Amino acid sequence: MSIALSPQSAGGTSPGTDELALVEALRRGDEAAFLALVERYHAPLMRAALAYVGSRAVAEEVVQETWIGVLQGIARFEGRSSLKTWIYRILSNCARSRGAREARSVPFADLGATGDEGPSVDPASFIPPGQVDAGWWSSHPASWAGLPEERFLAAETRAVIEGAVATLPPAQRTVITLRDIEGWPADEVCQLLAISDANQRVLLHRARARVRAALARYLTEG
Amino acid sequence: MDQHNTGDELTCRELVELVTDYLEQALPAPERARFDAHLAACEGCRDYLDQIRRTIGVLGRLDPATLTDDERTRLIALFRGWRAGAGR
Repeated sequence: MSIALSPQSAGGTSPGTDELALVEALRRGDEAAFLALVERYHAPLMRAALAYVGSRAVAEEVVQETWIGVLQGIARFEGRSSLKTWIYRILSNCARSRGAREARSVPFADLGATGDEGPSVDPASFIPPGQVDAGWWSSHPASWAGLPEERFLAAETRAVIEGAVATLPPAQRTVITLRDIEGWPADEVCQLLAISDANQRVLLHRARARVRAALARYLTEG
Repeated sequence: MDQHNTGDELTCRELVELVTDYLEQALPAPERARFDAHLAACEGCRDYLDQIRRTIGVLGRLDPATLTDDERTRLIALFRGWRAGAGR
């Protein structure tokens, strides 16, 4: 018998019935239950860890520590949050303590810090103050409507996007990874990172603006 | 005088900073109305908003990473070690 997690039960704020069954099975030492969790969460955890720490090797260690934390803590899991939120909370703690150990605590000192304060679009794209129509486009963004869908799906385009995400300041990288790549709802991201909704939106906004700019450069110059 | 500058209208430069609040349904109703009014009149901002939406679309289709055999093997070993240690 295999224990599967339905997609619905992975979100939400409290564990669903099959999540609770999984927790019970894991407490009994059921390997299939652990595998079900690992199949579902290991890859997204790796992606989230990479948003916190710089290198793949360190991310792998952080995720391994996370699984150890899950196994050691499962007996005390009380179901006040969803299993997913609980697991990610452990990841977030492991990543932060790793960051602190490596004296790289600056990015995590204040996850609410937006990282940079630059505008979303190069100011040179707008008519300068004092002129007629100041603040309107002086050079319009290109229309992407005519681009074939394959351009957006191409491996090279995805690599451009991955590269742009990788170079974002850590807090922005974490938020856009969870929201737009992993598809988390805003409230769960706020809960995990302990930031306000407004703050989460600012981070998401800056991150999306930068990724869009990178994609625009690639699509119009490439 | 150009029709653009009527006082309380958003400029393009202001609009691009409100795009995420707009998409997240976080703009108060009057702001949202100004946003929509500007969009209706401005092809450049419609293209910008479309670029943001396409960007989000590509992000959402990035590699749904899966577990490798190596990782699975390593994690099963981790689990068996934990189970043995816990006396289960």
